Amino acid sequence: MTTTSQKGGYISQAWLVILLAVIYGGALAGVQTALGPIIEKNKKNETLSKVPQLVEGAARELTVEVELADADGNRQTVYQAFADDGEKTLKGWILPAGGQGFADRIEVLIGLDPDASVITGLYVLDQKETPGLGNFITDEELFLNQFAGKSANQPLEVSTTDPVVGNQIRALTGATISSDSVAKIVNRAIAAYQQPLRRERAAATERNEKKD
Amino acid sequence: MATHEPTATERFVQGILPENPVYRQLLGMCPTLAVTGAMEPAMTMAAATAFVLILANVTVSLIRGLLKPHLRILVFTLTIATFVTIADRMLAAFLYEMSKQLGPYVPLIIVNCLIISRCEICSSKQGLFTAIADGVGMSIGFALALGSIATVREILGSGKWFGLAVLPEGWPAWGIMVLPPGAFLTLGLLLGIAEWIGQSRASRANQ
Repeated sequence: MTTTSQKGGYISQAWLVILLAVIYGGALAGVQTALGPIIEKNKKNETLSKVPQLVEGAARELTVEVELADADGNRQTVYQAFADDGEKTLKGWILPAGGQGFADRIEVLIGLDPDASVITGLYVLDQKETPGLGNFITDEELFLNQFAGKSANQPLEVSTTDPVVGNQIRALTGATISSDSVAKIVNRAIAAYQQPLRRERAAATERNEKKD
Repeated sequence: MATHEPTATERFVQGILPENPVYRQLLGMCPTLAVTGAMEPAMTMAAATAFVLILANVTVSLIRGLLKPHLRILVFTLTIATFVTIADRMLAAFLYEMSKQLGPYVPLIIVNCLIISRCEICSSKQGLFTAIADGVGMSIGFALALGSIATVREILGSGKWFGLAVLPEGWPAWGIMVLPPGAFLTLGLLLGIAEWIGQSRASRANQ
């Protein structure tokens, strides 16, 4: 460091960077405020379009949004999936969940049966994992299909070797952290919302019986 | 070293072919290889890159008098990252399907050397008009390069162009062309052709 580069202290050296950071931060906040609702709407549309795939026999049009609270008081939206059979039989639930992956946040949709005790499907809504390795978590054949049919009453475990038994999920080769993250996100969401979902189902049944 | 700074027209023309970012400077290889399996993602990437490149050039050119030499790269990166984030959010809002298809490659525009090299070479030294001409020229050059590779890959790999069938039904789609090896093969062959044309021109000019 020469003395000239220090002349005037840090502020006079770095004021432009600081000013730009503030301006850019403001601009990004503005963009997020303007576009955030549209992006959320896109995600919701995609969620609804995945209802029949995640919960077998459910109709997209009959899906109902319910807001539930977990034991810690966190609230979030879950989707109630019904069959288009004239009686609106409850077919299951779509539980959106998210958490840190290897690169960025991963957001998934978990399909659950009416009692929230069996996973009926899994879909990755948003991810930015490493192309060619971690992004295979979006691949149904390679990864996602193995979640359907697993019990939601015990946590999923990730295994890096074949064969997988019980509630184990086979990790993607070269993407153990991404695979692990998805399993953790699913485990955490189910642990937090299994009881609230069951209570909601019981309450809904009661309401229906009163109506009859 | 050139004794004069190139003019706006020179900057514009150079970006398109003589100093084409992909074929002559070998910059921006990541999107060039990754999103050229079909025309649609390739052109979306070219448009997003153009948006970032032109706006970064404009901003850097406007504040060029205030730049401290040892902090300039920081300012460039900050500027580029901001515009990339805006482009990413806009894609997610208005071209949701495409945004999902491009996935992490949109945020990765931040590290596209093409953009920071234009900030360093042109817009931090030259006026607004020249910087815009440079950004537009380079963007066209980049779009042409991505388009040429995507055209070859999509037509040979799936018999389509922009999703429309252009080859007869019986075309045995060369699956490898839309997979990563196809990107390397196509880029290598097209680079070879570009180099061959460049050299034969140069030797003719010398005669």
